[in-house]
Amino acid sequence: MLGFLLGRLAQAALVMLVMSVLVFLGVYAIGNPIDVLIDPAATPDMRAALIRQYGLDLPLWRQYGHFIGNVLSGDFGNSFVFRIPVLSLILSRLPATLELAVTAMLIATLLGVPLGIWAGYRPEARSSKVIMAGSVLGFSVPTFWVGLLLILFFSVEFRLLPSGGRGPVGPLGLSIWSAQGWTYLILPALNLSLFKLGLLIRLVRAGTEEVMGSEHVRFARAQGLPEWQVVGLHVLKNIGIPIVTVFGLEFGSTLAFAVVTETVFNWPGMGKLIIESITALDRPVMVAYLILVVLLFVVINLVVELTYGFLDPRVRLKGGA
Amino acid sequence: MEPAPGTGATPPALEVRGLRTQFPGRAGVVRAVDGVSFSIRRGEILGLVGESGSGKSVTGFSILGLVEPPGRITAGQVLLEGRPINGLSGSALRRIRGAEVAMVFQDPLMTLNPVLRIGTQMAAAVRAHDRVSRAAAWARAEEALAVVGIPSPRARLESYPHQLSGGMRQRVAIATALLHRPKAIIADEPTTALDVSIQGQILAEVRRLADATGTAFLWITHDLAVVSSLADALCVMYAGRVVERGPASAVIAAPRHPYTVALVGSVPSGHAPGARLPQLAAGLPPQGPGGAADAGCLFRTRCPRATPVCATPPPEAGFGAGHTALCHHPAGTTA
Repeated sequence: MLGFLLGRLAQAALVMLVMSVLVFLGVYAIGNPIDVLIDPAATPDMRAALIRQYGLDLPLWRQYGHFIGNVLSGDFGNSFVFRIPVLSLILSRLPATLELAVTAMLIATLLGVPLGIWAGYRPEARSSKVIMAGSVLGFSVPTFWVGLLLILFFSVEFRLLPSGGRGPVGPLGLSIWSAQGWTYLILPALNLSLFKLGLLIRLVRAGTEEVMGSEHVRFARAQGLPEWQVVGLHVLKNIGIPIVTVFGLEFGSTLAFAVVTETVFNWPGMGKLIIESITALDRPVMVAYLILVVLLFVVINLVVELTYGFLDPRVRLKGGA
Repeated sequence: MEPAPGTGATPPALEVRGLRTQFPGRAGVVRAVDGVSFSIRRGEILGLVGESGSGKSVTGFSILGLVEPPGRITAGQVLLEGRPINGLSGSALRRIRGAEVAMVFQDPLMTLNPVLRIGTQMAAAVRAHDRVSRAAAWARAEEALAVVGIPSPRARLESYPHQLSGGMRQRVAIATALLHRPKAIIADEPTTALDVSIQGQILAEVRRLADATGTAFLWITHDLAVVSSLADALCVMYAGRVVERGPASAVIAAPRHPYTVALVGSVPSGHAPGARLPQLAAGLPPQGPGGAADAGCLFRTRCPRATPVCATPPPEAGFGAGHTALCHHPAGTTA
């Protein structure tokens, strides 16, 4: 177990290092931030001073070295646009995206797992066929379009919910503490959850169908186990691994790339921040954001793998593998 | 040992009368079980022998109403101590499963859930019928493991199936079947997946349990060698029908139906080492050469003794002591 952890941490460090180089090079290659940042009317002396101030006159490898040194001490630099440290800028947007992503994942899981189990348990039932058809819509209809429809119905037509923005922020920078906060949160969360819901339903159904046809379910029935226990005990634990895998990946991508939903609902999260930064060629924000996303995925994958060990005793966690 | 003949007053532990189970198929209805009858007394072991596809496993599943749809039981009765149990509602049948009639399946690796502890699975089986605490259920499971000869049962309850050997796992399955002291246990090829020495241990254990607890066993197998040493009585199935039945010793020593003759002849122990074993003519148990409704002897297409009369329903020929065969030309008679 310890060997496994150490091996994974070493791997993670390597991934982070490689990614930092790629990100730095990739971002460096796009546009010249000086043209965007500096007033065209500035004197050549002011220009040169600013270039020096941001370290943009140094050779690339020295800029990278400088950057890595700063990152290791927790300093991602200052945003060109907002003039505040990048890390605190991103972290200030994190709670908004976090609550959006978590709510979306909760909706997808709480609906998707029971619906998927039902569809797999009774594959021939009409209700199951409706569920499966709905799941196809869930991940084939474009997110932005569904978002606009939701706004049209709930905000414009019936005036039940606000069309965008975020409610009052409470402790921890979250808006979930007040009912008003939820009125803002529920539509974008629903919108964001649809794709995951469709995916989970199909995944859970496939797993359930497989487990229900297995010998150990037959054996459990031969012991007289009630059906709810056959499902609750045998099915739930056996379909755990694929669910956790997809859950982890989807959670990561939801956090990192909720851009479309955040834009449609004008949600002040990280997705909007990265789009704005790209438009403004705000290099430090882009670099820091991408590095944090990589870190996020590395951590989520580690947690997912550790969870395997709890779900399936046959999985042995070994170092290096 | 030979159990005392039934007095007639006490009904058999498990009795099946005229059981028919059919599966709708593309080429018409498949009669997997076609009028099977037998009875098993307390403490008796009945061997149900036949090749793959003969309907022996479907017979076992039919008894507990566990036939997978679209298969269904179309006729017949299953009596548990004289009480009909087929046609009961789902929940009434569920209360019988595991409590009064239990099953053991072929592959112990497949029948135990790989991601649940042995104790969790056995405790679930206990609590399916008895409202006891989790701790009490684990204690019951521990006792059951000790009964089937598993060393340090407490530790084994904490194990997962993959941490146990094949023989151990099958003992766990048998212990699970024994949890509620059922009147009958249906064992479907329970030793087929095990190596020979483990198989011997399990068979001895089962014989001991049948004698000690009075549990009736229906032992389903394709392996005549296994049942010849274990079973009290034998039923030989072919294409969904019982073609020969009788005391195990009589059927093995003097098989009458040509199919049984061929089966007994292909068991290696009776032949000189190195000699070529007699083989049965290739072929599958058919749906009857004349279609599913064929009332003639279904073995006639592979039978060395077949004559035109075999296309008519075969008579039940008796050979004493309950030994009978459904055949126009049984062995040991002039054909």
